[in-house]
Amino acid sequence: MARKPSSAKDAPANVSKDELLKYYRDMLLIRRFEEKAGQLYGMGLIGGFCHLYIGQEAVVVGLEACAKEGDKRITSYRDHGHMLACGMEARGVMAELTGREGGYSKGKGGSMHMFSREKHFYGGHGIVAAQVPLGAGLAFADKYLGNDNVTFTYFGDGAANQGQVYETYNMAELWDLPVVFVIENNQYAMGTSVKRSTKSVSLFGRGEAFGIPGEQVDGMDVLAVKAAGEKAVAHCRAGKGPYILEVMTYRYRGHSMSDPAKYRTRDEVQKMRDERDPIENVREMLLTGNHASEDELKALDKEIKDIVNDSAEFAKESPEPALEELWTDIYAENLPQGSATENA
Amino acid sequence: MATEILMPALSPTMEEGTLAKWLKKEGDAVKSGDIIAEIETDKATMEFEAVDEGILGKILIEEGTQGVAVNTPIAVLVEEGESADDVKTETAEKAPAQVASPSTKEGPDDKGQPGKSAVEAVKTPEPDRSPDYPEGTKMKTMTVREALREAMAEEMERDETVFLMGEEVGEYQGAYKISQGLLDKFGPRRVVDTPISEIGFAGIGTGAALAGLRPIVEFMTFNFAMQAIDHIINSAAKTLYMSGGQMGCPIVFRGPNGAAARVGAQHSQDYAAWYAAIPGLKVVMPYTAADAKGLMKTAIRDANPVIFLENEILYGRSFEVPDLPDFTIPFGKAAIARKGSDVTIVSFGIGMAHALEAASKLAEDGIEAEVIDLRTLRPIDYGTVIESVKKTNRCITVEEGFPVGAIGNHLSAYIMENAFDYLDAPVINCTGKDVPMPYAANLEKHALITAAEVVEAARKVTYR
Repeated sequence: MARKPSSAKDAPANVSKDELLKYYRDMLLIRRFEEKAGQLYGMGLIGGFCHLYIGQEAVVVGLEACAKEGDKRITSYRDHGHMLACGMEARGVMAELTGREGGYSKGKGGSMHMFSREKHFYGGHGIVAAQVPLGAGLAFADKYLGNDNVTFTYFGDGAANQGQVYETYNMAELWDLPVVFVIENNQYAMGTSVKRSTKSVSLFGRGEAFGIPGEQVDGMDVLAVKAAGEKAVAHCRAGKGPYILEVMTYRYRGHSMSDPAKYRTRDEVQKMRDERDPIENVREMLLTGNHASEDELKALDKEIKDIVNDSAEFAKESPEPALEELWTDIYAENLPQGSATENA
Repeated sequence: MATEILMPALSPTMEEGTLAKWLKKEGDAVKSGDIIAEIETDKATMEFEAVDEGILGKILIEEGTQGVAVNTPIAVLVEEGESADDVKTETAEKAPAQVASPSTKEGPDDKGQPGKSAVEAVKTPEPDRSPDYPEGTKMKTMTVREALREAMAEEMERDETVFLMGEEVGEYQGAYKISQGLLDKFGPRRVVDTPISEIGFAGIGTGAALAGLRPIVEFMTFNFAMQAIDHIINSAAKTLYMSGGQMGCPIVFRGPNGAAARVGAQHSQDYAAWYAAIPGLKVVMPYTAADAKGLMKTAIRDANPVIFLENEILYGRSFEVPDLPDFTIPFGKAAIARKGSDVTIVSFGIGMAHALEAASKLAEDGIEAEVIDLRTLRPIDYGTVIESVKKTNRCITVEEGFPVGAIGNHLSAYIMENAFDYLDAPVINCTGKDVPMPYAANLEKHALITAAEVVEAARKVTYR
């Protein structure tokens, strides 16, 4: 379980107003986007599986604050937040959720399968833990090419029990791959709590068996995540190999849209929302530190709402993909733009 | 502005549900995230959260109502001072009707591929019968093993992004000596020894390919690739499609496939039909050393994931290979290994050894078999097969794999659909037996396809 966090309300002196505002804005965008996605799902505009990130916003926003151009990221099927946080357009993500031509995958991927070569976002993977060796492979390519890029490989506490994670840990440390393994421990693998799936006292601690350093981080505190992320990234960029961050977080919604969430109490969820909400934490810091006024934050809320509403409108109006699209993108004739070979 | 609250879809398959219970009553203030009702779906009872803020102005569907269709207005949310009658009807927010598109234009990648539609006529393309290399080319004799090694070495020289990874490929010099000498030549950066972690290194290789490198991943045998098949299929083959064309995966998965000798059921299986079933993969299964070399070079240069199925028994066999500085063979081009007019024998990989042996025996009795080596199983050169069947009016297929869902089954169906009127006899599929591979020498021999069985099938279809 998460260590007792320090009071998130005292903003550290070394964090600027602009930084705080950016984190607040980025987290709020994810929250409002996800709420809207849930709404569109309810209306039947989004089909299939849809896994919302609400409650976990501080994890990806804190880590993106540590990334530089060229760094890569890859995650599981709970991926909408990661895409927004790395700068992908809300319109393209929402239109992919509705299965339209304007989506990042032209409507052919869906909620769990989106990518952006431009933003170095490598998906969106629907098989639990498959993204872990893939992420190490992205890092392998950067090491092979001799640059100092780092790959953020996100996975959950559920994925942490898959065997391929440990094969990957072993090779990543053996070859000093520049990969930050980010375990988003939201405490439930679908309906199974961590306590019911392992007797390990910590998930990051399993890295020790392979010689990989790591630590547990309060994932409801964006500044704590950022501080730990800086340390992990510095380790990787220095060529010292991988680093594990076990980020203790919480998902407010069900595993997917059809999860009645009977495995935990309503009180447990409400307590998290009331006491530890990552967005409220930053909001209070902004207000108590006199970094922003209520009116400024209200204006920001409206700006976010407009972006999200615009994305929803776009996602409804964008046409379904042409039937010809059924038969495209099965084989590549040439390497896509921006590949290492073409740039070589 | 008053807005309607609609009956939500709360599972991928829900079309209607029961409004089990209202947890808010008319006049109650509602915040985003508040649970306003309980709804029974086809799977479970779900709590329904409010998205917008406001006051529950009016309940339109009473609790206990069953069979409420998704998107039916169930309540009206109003703002302070508004009446529920101000509702803005927004029931038009449904998915648009299916886009009508009468065009069924062929994509560039489905030439001759079956299955576009059950009734749509598939046009078999004209076969490419050009020679693989110019007449008079100087030839050299080499084994399949040497040919594969030479192909990899040439491509590694040519392209810095090509590297080899797998178990024992480096210091051990290759479990089957395919990579012998490559570590000395290219160093440990490009010849990477892995621990015994098939799913791990298949995933790492696939990730490196997504990032733009061109990995060659060696499986000590394809039997072990079953541990890694999720990455081959779900990660490598499907990502280009799922990304709308953004993420190519130029990777070669290679290694020996099929039965060796006396290694038992877990180490003796032909996976040709498994991989050939997957759109997004290309599948190669050569027989000769020349094909092994030319196709391996093409595989490494291909922008897609390629499954390259080798054979342990063939590694040591020698063939003539054109002595050219850059010899490649395109995918989807079968070879006519022997010309004939009486029966078409279609095979690939080690099946070709049985097919050619059978053809020699048949010739002694005056039956001239045309033997086609498919060489690649995805794409398949349907044109060459159909053209030959139209000439001989008879066809048998030969492969080592299991009989159910075999490549031969697929070819039989294709021939029936596209050359039915030309057939003078049913197509016969010669395959391995429908049993796990036994260890005992006599049983193993009977489990495998033999030239004698091919001869027998040929006699049956030629009625001789």
